[in-house]
Amino acid sequence: MSVAEQSIAGAEVRGHGFLASSVGRKVIMAATGVVLFGFVTVHMIGNTQAYMGAKSLNGYAEFLHSMLHGAGIWIFRGVLLAASGLHAWAAISLTLDNQAARPVGYRETQSVASTWSSRTMRWSGFILVVFIVYHLLHLTTGQLHPAFKAPQGHEYFAYDNFVSAFKVPAVAGFYVIAQLCLGLHMWHGVWSFTQTLGLSHPRYDGLRRNFATGLTLLVVGVNISYPIAVLTGCIH
Amino acid sequence: MSHKSMNLTLHVWRQKNAKCDGKFVEYKADGVSPDMSFLEMLDVVNEGLIAKGEEPVEFDHDCREGICGTCSMVINGRPHGPKERTTTCQLHMRSFKDGDSITLEPWRAEAFPVVRDLVVDRSAFDRIIAVGGFITAPAGSPQDANSLPISKENADLSMDAASCIGCGACVAACPNASAMLFVSAKISHLGLLPQGQPERYLRVRDMIAQMDAEAFGTCTNHGECETACPKGIKMENIARMNRDFIKASLTFRHATIGGGGA
Repeated sequence: MSVAEQSIAGAEVRGHGFLASSVGRKVIMAATGVVLFGFVTVHMIGNTQAYMGAKSLNGYAEFLHSMLHGAGIWIFRGVLLAASGLHAWAAISLTLDNQAARPVGYRETQSVASTWSSRTMRWSGFILVVFIVYHLLHLTTGQLHPAFKAPQGHEYFAYDNFVSAFKVPAVAGFYVIAQLCLGLHMWHGVWSFTQTLGLSHPRYDGLRRNFATGLTLLVVGVNISYPIAVLTGCIH
Repeated sequence: MSHKSMNLTLHVWRQKNAKCDGKFVEYKADGVSPDMSFLEMLDVVNEGLIAKGEEPVEFDHDCREGICGTCSMVINGRPHGPKERTTTCQLHMRSFKDGDSITLEPWRAEAFPVVRDLVVDRSAFDRIIAVGGFITAPAGSPQDANSLPISKENADLSMDAASCIGCGACVAACPNASAMLFVSAKISHLGLLPQGQPERYLRVRDMIAQMDAEAFGTCTNHGECETACPKGIKMENIARMNRDFIKASLTFRHATIGGGGA
């Protein structure tokens, strides 16, 4: 028997389950964050085809629905749903622990190192959930899109729906606000998942920050350009 | 050096014991010399209170030379006050201005219950150390020096982590009252050395389990701990702890009890 297994004062608490532990739940949060971050990046790249015209974007929609004989999109949806669910579960569970860890707060606090982005993760995350539900009902299923054109057979109208959606300034405005929240969430999140997954080395620490900043600016910048391009008539 | 004395107003958290509710009480600290340490200023205030027949403000202190980690208090919203890499005992009144108002609060964490006024019970840290913050070494005659090769880089990183004095400022500064900077410093200091290898992956699981059981919060990578730490412990240690924990969880196997062999 090793020393660590002998009864030391307080040793009743043995290494507990991965999902029950604080670091285990953080790792779940980080790993699902990587999946979701990968998704928003691919989503942004795919949508650049809106700048290439209706045929290109509609063809892309058809490709997404037909790959692997139609199974591909459901595999993606399954993975994204599972990742989002686990991400939200870890966030809620860790937040409750964190609130319980300081039942009496300070009268005075000074933030020295934390950022606006890191302190608002809970709020930006919550707004993103609301946005994602709206976005699915708006541009995927169309219930919240008055001018929605549903696909007919193998013909998709992603481009038409995209243009008619962003012609409404309030809708375009909400998308822009949601993208700014995505930026706040990603900027801390991308740096944070590298830290939680243990990727820290002085040689790459500067790179980690720049990676988070660069990708956040790219994804959010391109995404915001879509509603603005429609409103200004660049895409019509 | 300026010898002008200062007049300050203190807002101090007073709490009779763990069960009573506490409140802020205002005290005047007049004629404070800029050369006094923060604790000497409190000593003078307490002498005044004792002379008036009032209870002095209880605060923890011991070595008063910045190495024991006992002098815990949050000064104007920052653990150990406004200066970086400084304990309260090493903070001098020249860091303040005449007429300043200073708020003094205890470390705030479920795991650090207030004992009285600014004194908190930090034995949660001792219990975390007790489950894994040690190595198994034969306690015989001393080995020859340098019989175990250790790279300079690891020796330095280990010594940096070992400079943690267990003061709890990281917990106090963390918006989530997380103890991960402290725990990761202890895990790194042993895990980077050959002597720490036999228990390396048991240690990380056991110490994290005890940390969770003590009701500390969890790290959300704000980085407040690193700037509050009087010894400059780096968040790199938390990343190392996470790495070790992931490996420990992936390769964990239950001990074989009474298995073959003598």
